[in-house]
Amino acid sequence: MPADVYLNVAVGGVLTGLVYGLMALGLSVIFGVVRVVNFAHGEMMTIAMYIAVTLFAAFHLDPLLMLVPIAMVMFAFGYVLQAGVINRFITRPEYAQFLLLVAMAIIIVNVQLIIFGPDAQNVQTSYSYDSYKIGALIVDATKAYAALAALVVALALFLFFKYTRLGTAIRACADNYTGALVVGLDVKHLYALTFGLGAACVGAAGVMLVLIVDVTPSLGPAYTLLAFVIVITGGLGSMPGALLGGVLIGLTEAMAGLLFSPSAKSMFAFGILVLVLLFRPQGIMGKRSA
Amino acid sequence: MIAQLIEGVPRRALLLLGVLLAALSLAPLIAGDYLITVLILILYFAYIGQAWNIMMGFAGQLSLGHALYVGLGAYTAAALYVHFGIGPWFGLLVAVPVAALAGAFIGFLAFRFRVAGVYFAILTIAVAEFARVGFDHLAWTNASSGLFLPVSQYTHNDLWHLRGSPIMFYYILLVACVLAFIFCRALLQSRLGYFWRAIREDEEAARAAGIDTFYYKMIAVVTSAAMTAFAGVIYAFYYNNLFPEQVFGIQRSIEIILAPIVGGVGTLFGPILGAFLLTGLAETLTSALASLGIDLPGAKQVFYGICLLLVIMALPEGVWPWLSKRFGLKERNE
Repeated sequence: MPADVYLNVAVGGVLTGLVYGLMALGLSVIFGVVRVVNFAHGEMMTIAMYIAVTLFAAFHLDPLLMLVPIAMVMFAFGYVLQAGVINRFITRPEYAQFLLLVAMAIIIVNVQLIIFGPDAQNVQTSYSYDSYKIGALIVDATKAYAALAALVVALALFLFFKYTRLGTAIRACADNYTGALVVGLDVKHLYALTFGLGAACVGAAGVMLVLIVDVTPSLGPAYTLLAFVIVITGGLGSMPGALLGGVLIGLTEAMAGLLFSPSAKSMFAFGILVLVLLFRPQGIMGKRSA
Repeated sequence: MIAQLIEGVPRRALLLLGVLLAALSLAPLIAGDYLITVLILILYFAYIGQAWNIMMGFAGQLSLGHALYVGLGAYTAAALYVHFGIGPWFGLLVAVPVAALAGAFIGFLAFRFRVAGVYFAILTIAVAEFARVGFDHLAWTNASSGLFLPVSQYTHNDLWHLRGSPIMFYYILLVACVLAFIFCRALLQSRLGYFWRAIREDEEAARAAGIDTFYYKMIAVVTSAAMTAFAGVIYAFYYNNLFPEQVFGIQRSIEIILAPIVGGVGTLFGPILGAFLLTGLAETLTSALASLGIDLPGAKQVFYGICLLLVIMALPEGVWPWLSKRFGLKERNE
């Protein structure tokens, strides 16, 4: 195979990986602050994907235009979920929180199965088959737009946490739960906000992903697992780590799909997970504490 | 030995167990074909739930990948039968060590490097998924097109080759459940059982008290994996077809953990009660929907999800601890 084939596949993998990274960023933010492992993460993403697909089928609304509205809907969903249910579980054992979200995941997948059926659905936009040619490099327009949007959303999130008062307050909750309570922060509200932000991230990632992959209900569990692989690889709780992990996994999957078989690509992602757990359990960018 | 096993158990709990066992032993005399298949499912989940409970309920290690051990057991025995004509009971001698090795591999990876809690759970899922994708490409077991065991009309039950009527499988699983129950009771009363519970409650404290936590956690994983593999062998010879997606899928692993969680994690009767409640109610729901002419794939799983949600929110200990307290069936020394 000529070198430019490898290069093209690698670039496609990196671009898809950035969208994966945004999805994993949501998981990482939720874990970093609320300390809850969101086992329904991929399932939440498929909710956003189905909203995007349905809006497109019904009103021909371009997913890229619907990015912000759908992210806001997912934010509200995440806020209500945390404020209504998960907040009661903060003091419960880790496995109880985990199982709570496992239950949510089961319900979401199968309600989707009942409503939308098992068949794959997708979105065909006017630019679905466009591509940019840069020298020998051919870049799919959809992947480029999706990756760009993922970077913008991720950057906005970084800036929010770094420079706004609300972002600082949320980081305070993450650093010291009791301390945050003592200085009078409304921790439950901030937790709900954080879960909402995480949901908005994964929602935005989902909207962009409908441009790249077809959506089925079974995508949910697969992407939950992928998000875990990414954040553990990058370092749970580290925001740059999530993006970096996403790119690494996206690249690995693309190369494995090219060199072996597309259906075997997830094996390589799991292989990376095992290697990371073995040699660097805190992840590439993670701090050594857990 | 029996005296030791039943020590501290209230008389009415023993009586209840006896009645249940008698009823289950006699059930095939009156139950129709459909009811038998439901009871087989219940016993199957009760047995695997018991095995899973050793890891989570006794030693506190959450495994979300138990489908791995079912699948390895099922595929090993089935492949030996199809390729070499090796019967299931000899196949078991290979299948159980294969699954135990897989358990040891996961345990070694996790416990050596202090991968614990949720990380451990994710590792178990990842290995099961790895196996699913791997078997999807393994030509020796027919990859994704599925492995089929030869089937014909059976005039008699051949216990040696596990070829026969559902009633035969029913009794095999019933015996397995009874043995697993007794085995787990004995485990809980042994030093091992106390070490496990010490690790579950506070691993640091257990280590400080001189318990080799790595070693005892390894024993928990390997025991649980080996027990689960037996259910896999039965699965293969009962259903006669194996597909990687069907056998190793994460939804299988989740189905396995539902019964013990709903029934009561760490209790001996929890997995049995949970299996009866969940599978019984879900089958009732499915047949009720079917009689209304509604066919909703996924309805059963939504029901499972809601049950799990309700139990975690309202009865975090599970149904059995609550029931046993209410009806005075609780053991005195616990």
